[in-house]
Amino acid sequence: MSDGAAPVKLFEKKERIFPKRVWGRFRKLKWAAMVALLGIYYLAPFLRWDRGPHAPDQAILIDMPARRAYFFFIEIWPQEVYYLTGILILAAVALFFATSLFGRVWCGYACPQTVWTDLFVWVERIVQGDRVKRMRLAKAPWGFEKTWKLALTHSLWLVIGMLTGGTWVFYFNDAPTLLENIIHLDVPMGVLGWILALTFSTYLMAGFAREQVCMYMCPYSRFQSAMFDRDTLIIGYDEKRGEPRGKYKKGDSWDDRGHCIDCTACVQVCPMGIDIRDGLQMECIACGLCIDACDGIMDKLELPRGLIRYDTNHNQEARDSGMKERSHLLRLRTSYYAAIIALVGAVMLYGLIHRSPVELHVLHDRNPLFVKLSDGRIRNGYDVKILNKTHEDKTYQLVIEGLNGAEIRIQGAGSLDAAALPVFADRVGHFRVFVTADKPKDIRADAHFRLEEVGGPNADRYDGVFMSGKE
Amino acid sequence: MSKKKDIDSFTGIETTGHEWDGIKELNNPSPRWWLIVFFLCCVWSVGYWVLYPAWPTFSGDGERGGTEGSMGWTQYDQLKDSQAEIRARKSAYLASFEAASFEEVQADEALYAFAVAGGAAAFKDNCATCHSTGGAGSAGYPNLNDDDWLWGGDIDTIHETIRVGVRAVHDETRFSEMPAFGDMLSETEIADVAQHVISLSQDGDDSAGGAQVFADNCAACHSENGRGDHALGAPDLADAIWFYGDTKADIMSQVRKPKHGVMPTWEARLDANTIRQLAIYVHSLGGGTN
Repeated sequence: MSDGAAPVKLFEKKERIFPKRVWGRFRKLKWAAMVALLGIYYLAPFLRWDRGPHAPDQAILIDMPARRAYFFFIEIWPQEVYYLTGILILAAVALFFATSLFGRVWCGYACPQTVWTDLFVWVERIVQGDRVKRMRLAKAPWGFEKTWKLALTHSLWLVIGMLTGGTWVFYFNDAPTLLENIIHLDVPMGVLGWILALTFSTYLMAGFAREQVCMYMCPYSRFQSAMFDRDTLIIGYDEKRGEPRGKYKKGDSWDDRGHCIDCTACVQVCPMGIDIRDGLQMECIACGLCIDACDGIMDKLELPRGLIRYDTNHNQEARDSGMKERSHLLRLRTSYYAAIIALVGAVMLYGLIHRSPVELHVLHDRNPLFVKLSDGRIRNGYDVKILNKTHEDKTYQLVIEGLNGAEIRIQGAGSLDAAALPVFADRVGHFRVFVTADKPKDIRADAHFRLEEVGGPNADRYDGVFMSGKE
Repeated sequence: MSKKKDIDSFTGIETTGHEWDGIKELNNPSPRWWLIVFFLCCVWSVGYWVLYPAWPTFSGDGERGGTEGSMGWTQYDQLKDSQAEIRARKSAYLASFEAASFEEVQADEALYAFAVAGGAAAFKDNCATCHSTGGAGSAGYPNLNDDDWLWGGDIDTIHETIRVGVRAVHDETRFSEMPAFGDMLSETEIADVAQHVISLSQDGDDSAGGAQVFADNCAACHSENGRGDHALGAPDLADAIWFYGDTKADIMSQVRKPKHGVMPTWEARLDANTIRQLAIYVHSLGGGTN
């Protein structure tokens, strides 16, 4: 150290945040959102939905061993996983849409990270007391009180974590059956692994990582600024009204000073540990707790509320220049997000409505490509799969078109006829099919397979090929 | 060795003393959590040495020349176990497969699938070398997918052919030999009879009198209409499938000095069940008859 300059700090040390309890409109909204969202998460697996005898009756179920996903009236096979892509696109654009309209409402109210962190902070407060008590306890030397309080806090966190992980597995198994198994401690290793993993991740994310997740791990908080414009709802501190700030004693005059009494209530309640009076910051999850805190203070001082409030840049400027505040919900940005949502939603809806209850797949033999028979005709082999997506056993007729003198023969045990191929409910029928036909002109001729349900309306087709050699 | 610590003035961190073009390397310690995990791994590994085969021994004694580990676990045993598991799974079918006739197997979906799967595997190991992986054969090696059979295409006959082979070292082997007519017929007669044979299956001129030559010399085995005879292994000359080529020159060459292929007997090399599976598999390729 030659010149005595302070060493550069490359990493910021994590400061623990002890959010203070707060009462108000947005706090109530957050409680309501938490109860609703956690309620959905914990109870949804127990909803029932009757699908008949050949399918599970759980409303929301991802059945990995059977490779089916159920969501109320929707049923998805692995071949239709593109619906998942659609859902993800919808979810992403809906998030962008909500962001451009109302700012980071997702972050503030609905994100699992926020909801579980909120729940964990609540547990912390119930056991250890409010902000000041918690800070004191954290600094206090180890003793009986600190030990049992921390042990109780962490135990409760782990219990919540276990419930979280325990509920997660219900989405992948029949919930009542699995619940009974869990009660009898008869849990498969895979399930146990998931419960433990999610117990641990919940404990870690909501107990320790908390705001660090939003600041350093979450990609959305980094790119949400791309969805922001001057009309996006943000948490704003009314600088013009608040400054110059200063301490206030009862009876002092409000002349020549701002309404901010520098009580730091807004800072103490912030779960992200920021000072909103410094302006819009990346860390701000727009939960509105600082608004509640400040409004409470303003009420006590008998000043109008709204020194900190949900605001837009446009409105801030309008107020500054004495113009009328206006909401600009309908903007180019919001309308094209809405248009994308409508478009993707319409495509998905169309897909779901027109989802065929039967699907035909035909795989042409690679080796040999074709077989010349003794009468000079050509035979091709195919692996045919028939997906019966209904919940009833069905029989189908397989027809081939576009070839001269084509005959279909099913190779397999027993005697199967192409006019009556049986496929069980909710199963894939696999058939070895030989097609014999006069030699077509083209080495690679078109062969159109048509599948029709016997005595039913459902049908599908597959455009395949019929190979033959040169003369 | 170094006289005094070299401290980087900007960050306040000790350097390693290495310098490249004026850039010094900071000697940052590894993160503490990393170090703890590293030491935990070291401790953990000791457990492995005790429990599992770990160290080679100088004497080369012990299980495969190394320490055995207290659990007595080896990958060889693991392989044995998983093979035993497969065998057990197979044996569930094997007993009923052994007891069932070909007709019974063909009527039973599970047994049939078992037979075809086993036959397909055995085919690739033993037969694909000549008959090719899809059973399509090549010149001189019959295509097993088509409906033209030298010795017959029902399962029992296919089974017998696989069992005893063709012109193989087996007391009951199938045997046929076409005489070399190059010594017995003139070139003109050979050309005429070749022309006649072509006319049996393709539209062609049959005015040269080859029909008489055919009736005198060939019909005994290939039958009068040239349709051949499974009992003798005589090929059908009136169909569209040609073993050694369908041009006049090919046919004349085969009349003059016929080629004779050999198929080994599999009775001594494969067990009875495998041969039965192979017969069912070959029959399932598409050309099998009833």
